[in-house]
Amino acid sequence: MLPSLVPLLPTENDWITFDIPSLAQNFWSATFDGLTFGAIYALVALGYTLVYGVLNLINFAHSEVFIVGCYAVFFTLSSLGFGPSVPRLDIWAIILNLLLALVLAMLASAVTAFLLERIAYKPLRQRNAPRLVFLITAIGASFTIQYLIYLWRGPSPELALTMFRPTPIFDVFGTIVDSQQLVIIIAAVIMMVGIDRFISKSRTGRGIRAVAQDPDTATLMGVNKERIIITTFIIGGLLAGAAALFYVMKIPSGVQYSGGFVLGIKAFAAAVLGGIGNVRGALLGGLLLGLIGNYGQILLGNSQWTDVVAFVVLVLVLLLRPEGILGTSLGRSKA
Amino acid sequence: MYRKKVLTSLAAAATFSMLLSACANQAGPGTTESSGSSSKVNIPAISKVDVPSGAVKPAGDGKATCPATTTLAYAGAQTGPNAQLGVNIFNGIQLAIDQHNKANPGCQVQFKKFDTEGDPNKATGPVTQLVSEPDILGVIGLPFSGESKATGNIFEQKGLVHITPSATNPTLTENGWTTFFRGLGNDAVQGPAAAKFLTGKLGAKKVYLVQDDSDYGIGLGTSTSAGLGSALAGTEKVTTGQKDFSAVISKIMNAKADAVFYAGYYAEGAPFDQQLVGKGFTGTFVAPDGVKDDQFIKQAGDASNNAYFTCPCLPGELIPDFASAYKDVSKGAEPGTYSIEGYDAATVLLSGIDAGKQSRADLLSWVKSYDKDGFSKHYKWDAKGELQAPTVYGYKVENGKIVPIGPIGE
Repeated sequence: MLPSLVPLLPTENDWITFDIPSLAQNFWSATFDGLTFGAIYALVALGYTLVYGVLNLINFAHSEVFIVGCYAVFFTLSSLGFGPSVPRLDIWAIILNLLLALVLAMLASAVTAFLLERIAYKPLRQRNAPRLVFLITAIGASFTIQYLIYLWRGPSPELALTMFRPTPIFDVFGTIVDSQQLVIIIAAVIMMVGIDRFISKSRTGRGIRAVAQDPDTATLMGVNKERIIITTFIIGGLLAGAAALFYVMKIPSGVQYSGGFVLGIKAFAAAVLGGIGNVRGALLGGLLLGLIGNYGQILLGNSQWTDVVAFVVLVLVLLLRPEGILGTSLGRSKA
Repeated sequence: MYRKKVLTSLAAAATFSMLLSACANQAGPGTTESSGSSSKVNIPAISKVDVPSGAVKPAGDGKATCPATTTLAYAGAQTGPNAQLGVNIFNGIQLAIDQHNKANPGCQVQFKKFDTEGDPNKATGPVTQLVSEPDILGVIGLPFSGESKATGNIFEQKGLVHITPSATNPTLTENGWTTFFRGLGNDAVQGPAAAKFLTGKLGAKKVYLVQDDSDYGIGLGTSTSAGLGSALAGTEKVTTGQKDFSAVISKIMNAKADAVFYAGYYAEGAPFDQQLVGKGFTGTFVAPDGVKDDQFIKQAGDASNNAYFTCPCLPGELIPDFASAYKDVSKGAEPGTYSIEGYDAATVLLSGIDAGKQSRADLLSWVKSYDKDGFSKHYKWDAKGELQAPTVYGYKVENGKIVPIGPIGE
């Protein structure tokens, strides 16, 4: 009550300060952490972008497709004996366990995405519901899945899972890049390049682009629209499941019913930043958003700033380029 | 056909990442060994504490009489992210009331619990409901500082005495409340004691202070940073519910701190320490009473081996009679942080009821003029509701258990 009795820390009085020396000192570690988060955002962002490209639908429930993958990782690894402590297993056992978790998480997320499409969206499509109805359904589905998990697992986060001890691999200007960051960034980028080539080169990818460009003409040309839609949802789910493994690797205690919500919003923002409907845009947007948020939080000295900075930059970019940085839609992307 | 290729490349990516992690893990034990050398100070555990010989027991003289409606209440966390801290307390209270009722057939005190989830935003509802029940004569709670701040006025308006067994924010007694009593030392005592412990016994040269955004964390962070002086390498804030601490951890690593003091609760403290050690931090992790719980060890795993705790709480597990009786109430669990403080606070109120103070006003003035020993310390409050000369104890993690290392900060 009496302010004189509460000698506040200097930072309490100046609620906004720019700590440039700290950013300079932590620049490279912020960069690598930012890229790691960015890679995870980008994998989830692809799910938003692909579905938007094909259906013009913002699938808000995609964040729950992702969190189901996180739970799959949690249950797989904790039943295999992983926990908060570093596992005492030999290398190959860990590789096998993590591969199993990856496959199961991708499956779990893909099945969730598939069911979501069949139960929530397909009936609406068959009745030619207006687009707004899809959006509300998506939000409703998101809450439904989230609170089903809440009822099942309760409000507390699950026990942390340590998959392996991150070890220094090399250092850049005195900042150590560890194996964990490297694993996440490289694996995520390889997956994204794979997806990009899949969309631009494969038969199914051509189908996806055709439906995105003009569903009716595509159908007349012999493209099975329903199959393309389902495939799109499943691809998004597979990628979200892979993102889930990397997310738990990065944030071991992040498995919680509401854990997908903020990440989902950021991944969606990443998709918009890069240009929604554009596969490469999602990649670029994700990495940028991860970097900007991390620089911002170090510059402003509090983790609460991550999202503020990321979204202010998002709005500024959209003011200048409303269609996002790369802008082109899925349908028009070059083959 | 192309789908096959994509699947192949996905699989290749996955395998590649696993291989990398494999190398990572292979190198793992090496780093642990090299970091082992930096665990410098070894402070031995203590195995007994002195209990005042004349400590008041809840049983009393066995001749007390009181109306059958006489009720004491606990208000605080029963669920929520930091629930275990509340469970420790109400089991202590339950034990005191059980012992009292068993010894006094003429006075069967009822016990009611009100769940606040430890959340200041949710606490006002249950407390408002509690004060409106006329049979409740005294309350043990609320355990946390934020919720205590939010509800102190409600107790004050109804003249209902309440003893907090664990809220340590110093400003709580600056509100002019006449019904608020603190059953332990506050953070104006704990903070400097923690600072002295860090720079003295632990020999830390560069301490990084990390505080959460609760009233408790901010208050304790402030009083600790003042005591650290030039040993303070930096200050960082985290948020309730935060999961990722990588930015804070890079700052700590770049500052080359040899100790971290975390002012907050275990819900964030455990993942923070876990990620800190995961990133290769080899120094000590010191945390206050809000983190000192077995849940911390469970959630942080092996990483918790670097942890020390400060707490204005007595190690109740070292009082054999108390510890064995407590296990009957808690279904086998050892007494936890603040179990004995909850037990003592309940004893203060029960002895008042036994002495015939069976209205809210009488019980309040009983507590005001109370001047006797409890198991954990001497209980005599000043006009603001603070105890005189409370002690701060140190604890450490040893073989996956929290063990006491005796008084600190003296």
